[in-house]
Amino acid sequence: MPTRTIAGKTVTVNDEGFMTNPAEWSKEIAAELATEEGLPALSEAHWKVIDFCRQEAAASGKAPTLRQITTGAAVSTKDLFALFPKGPAKKVARISGLGKPEGCV
Amino acid sequence: MKSLVILGAGTAGTTVANRLHALLDSDQWRITIVDQNETHYYQPGFLFIPFGIYSKNDVVKPKRDFIPAGVELIMSPIEHIDAEHNRVTLAKDRRILAYDFLVIATGCQTRPEQTPGLKDGAWGHTIHEFYTVDGAVALAKHLRTWRGGRLVVNVVDNPIKCPVAPLEFLMLADSYFTEHGLRDRVDITYATPLPGAFTKPIASRHLGDILERKSIKVVPDFLIERVDPDARRIVSYDEQSLEYDLLISVPLNMGDEVIARSGLGDDLNYVPVDKHTLQSTKFSNIFVLGDAASLPTSKAGSVAHFAVDCFADNFLRLIDGLDLLPTFDGHANCFIESGFGKGLLIDFNYDVEPLPGHYPLPGIGPFSLLQETEMNHWGKMMFRWMYWNLLLKGQELPLPARMTMAGKMYR
Repeated sequence: MPTRTIAGKTVTVNDEGFMTNPAEWSKEIAAELATEEGLPALSEAHWKVIDFCRQEAAASGKAPTLRQITTGAAVSTKDLFALFPKGPAKKVARISGLGKPEGCV
Repeated sequence: MKSLVILGAGTAGTTVANRLHALLDSDQWRITIVDQNETHYYQPGFLFIPFGIYSKNDVVKPKRDFIPAGVELIMSPIEHIDAEHNRVTLAKDRRILAYDFLVIATGCQTRPEQTPGLKDGAWGHTIHEFYTVDGAVALAKHLRTWRGGRLVVNVVDNPIKCPVAPLEFLMLADSYFTEHGLRDRVDITYATPLPGAFTKPIASRHLGDILERKSIKVVPDFLIERVDPDARRIVSYDEQSLEYDLLISVPLNMGDEVIARSGLGDDLNYVPVDKHTLQSTKFSNIFVLGDAASLPTSKAGSVAHFAVDCFADNFLRLIDGLDLLPTFDGHANCFIESGFGKGLLIDFNYDVEPLPGHYPLPGIGPFSLLQETEMNHWGKMMFRWMYWNLLLKGQELPLPARMTMAGKMYR
């Protein structure tokens, strides 16, 4: 697995730059990954979603689906797309250090 | 006398009823299974109906034929599961079933009404689906006279039952239209909420361009918000728009309503379970098998089958006062039809993604993993016989329940 340095910390990532170990994540890393994704500074609304995804993944072992995020973090799908434009599931997962959303194959 | 109640006589419910009936002492155990429909569907066969490969008669048999004598079969909708008091209320005669142990195998269903515009007037005309037998038959009829145009296959959201079925549908459609001399008049597009048609790194490396080679266009990260049936277009939450002449939808899948009514499910009515023992996280005498469980593996018949294998062994331990062993590994084994008489095979679990190699015999096969072969296609076609004659009857197949690395290669 390749590694890279984000926000001064060396972490393992996959070929597409998704972190592979959620335990290596920090809030500073999230902020830097958000900048790479072209987002403005992370707002409270962003953090609500990121925190929910981190908690959910810690409990279930996998990144939540968009539907779980909208229900669990009480944010509408439209708002979620506004916060993380163009593929929020993938963007939130990357910023939250949870790996890429995957199908079975 | 102890009582085991099984809710649902589909793949998981029927298989576990047969298996436990053979294993449990009938002087000490009463087994009851409940289902609301008389007909058992061979669901993997639905995919073949639109293309005239199977007919409805190929995929239906009476459920009663597969429930062993000695297991009571009750045909009734299920009103409520009262897990606190170990009882189930049925709609028929408001009968109450008390249980010592409960197996929930109520599966999942497609819910087209959850997407605005999907089930409006165009449903069954310019919008079709193939996840129900009636839908598959209606689509077969439609395709027989369809003169071509823009075909869009859209998955509303994951998880779905048989996650490879949309890919198979695309490749079989390419094959079907080619054989009917129509391929140059059909544009095939796949709109998926995932980042691509293939997302696992090794499978992507092996199969990533298979759709491109078949001239099937992929639109990734497409999360549908609504259908505009009059303009014949689907619109995503971020206002991407895709026009179609024929839309094949894989609607949102949800667990049964009785799970929601009984307060046992998550937001999609799937029941949370321990992923290695299939025991409910809330009630130690409830187990969930098949599609009804919230598990990070595929919703597929093979998974249900392997889960029953692990559960049956564990259940015998449990009633003898032993601890459950964390044996279920999320094992799935799926044939993928790729058209023109060929197919692929994938074998994976919670931890190991689909890898190339041979299955089930290392180095020999006869099936090839992650490779298009005619033998894989024949495996899929032969599987229907195995399903009706061996699998449902709870017989041990000569395939280990847990995934094995023998015969697989990391490369």
